[in-house]
Amino acid sequence: MDNDYDDIPGTYIFDTKRCKEGFHLNRFCKSLDNADNREQFRANPTAYLNQYPMSPEQRQLVEERDWLGMLQVGGNIYYTFKLAVFDGLTMQHVGGLMSDMSVDDFRAMMLDGGRKLEGNQSKKQNQTGR
Amino acid sequence: MARIVAGVGCSHIPSIGAAADKGMEQDPYYQPLFDGYGPAREWIKRIAPDVVILIYNDHASAFSVELINTFVLGVGDQFKPHDEGYGPRNVPDVVGHGELAEHILESLILNEFDMALANEMSVDHGLTVPMTVMFDKPEAWPCKVIPLCVNVIKYPQPTGNRCFNLGKALRKAVESYPEELNVAVFGTGGMGHQLQGERAGLINEEFDQYFLNHLQNSPEELTKLTHLDYLRDAGSEGIELIMWLMMRGAMHSPSEVYRFYHVPMSNTAAGLICFEETV
Repeated sequence: MDNDYDDIPGTYIFDTKRCKEGFHLNRFCKSLDNADNREQFRANPTAYLNQYPMSPEQRQLVEERDWLGMLQVGGNIYYTFKLAVFDGLTMQHVGGLMSDMSVDDFRAMMLDGGRKLEGNQSKKQNQTGR
Repeated sequence: MARIVAGVGCSHIPSIGAAADKGMEQDPYYQPLFDGYGPAREWIKRIAPDVVILIYNDHASAFSVELINTFVLGVGDQFKPHDEGYGPRNVPDVVGHGELAEHILESLILNEFDMALANEMSVDHGLTVPMTVMFDKPEAWPCKVIPLCVNVIKYPQPTGNRCFNLGKALRKAVESYPEELNVAVFGTGGMGHQLQGERAGLINEEFDQYFLNHLQNSPEELTKLTHLDYLRDAGSEGIELIMWLMMRGAMHSPSEVYRFYHVPMSNTAAGLICFEETV
């Protein structure tokens, strides 16, 4: 089914379908808000990840820290960000990595008022020019 | 009886809490923000609410993907700060008002807003950052807090109109509580921001100003905003603004006493608006 929000460029709405798809991936990320879990994951990432039956693709995206890819297979940013925090990254790092910008460029864009809506509102509009 | 005397709309960006916790308020990046909070802090001291009903969202902290509730009311007597990956924030525990919360919960359900109930839950930056914004760094928070948690992470979020009407029911609940209490309602989150995807970093000041300009006198216009309007124009995380509409719904005739808007704070537009009830 087509959703109206699928027309928003560069945006992965965490709807019921994605929420179900990303269940184990998000549960893994969420577990990192416990200090003992963080220690276990640091000590043995493979064994730790084995506790969460993600799809092979999801597992690979987690291992590669593909922040954009994780969203495309059901990850939610508030969950995946817990993994980023574990890695010592800020939201600017992750924002830059998802939008193919260096963290410095991303920070500069924010200081300049952020990413503009113009050109980022509608895929259809971008294609047809109206 | 208990009365709603004030309403606050307030962003809850985690880096605001981190900056306060590290004593970085005078850092050039943060100084404009904390300077902007000064007048609101003075004002809330004068209002001195006995209880704050704090409308916020949990960011995969107390709640996770196993069970997703649309509306949750914290009826417990104490709520501890959550460990969001850095260890819990070093802020006071939140002390609830169990009795008023029980009353509100029952009143809301009998008025057809079917709340979930939390006897115990941790609270994350969604709740603790607005407390820092308004009350700075006291040894203990100067008022009791009733957490009202709204799902804004998973689509579909409740509509803005639903939140506005829940706010009205919240007012009715508070006003039917016999004890003399001054209650403030905080609606938190926003303003415009998108954390995720290639569009991360989106800020739409025009939307934010439109929202602020209509909140006092024409909130009904804001209740017509659709999910798509928020997700597309305020950013996928900007839909948190529906929680400001719940605050507005709880006020009858608000008078704006203070407003502050600042871009950027982290990846977000930080907004603050303070209302006093005039009836």
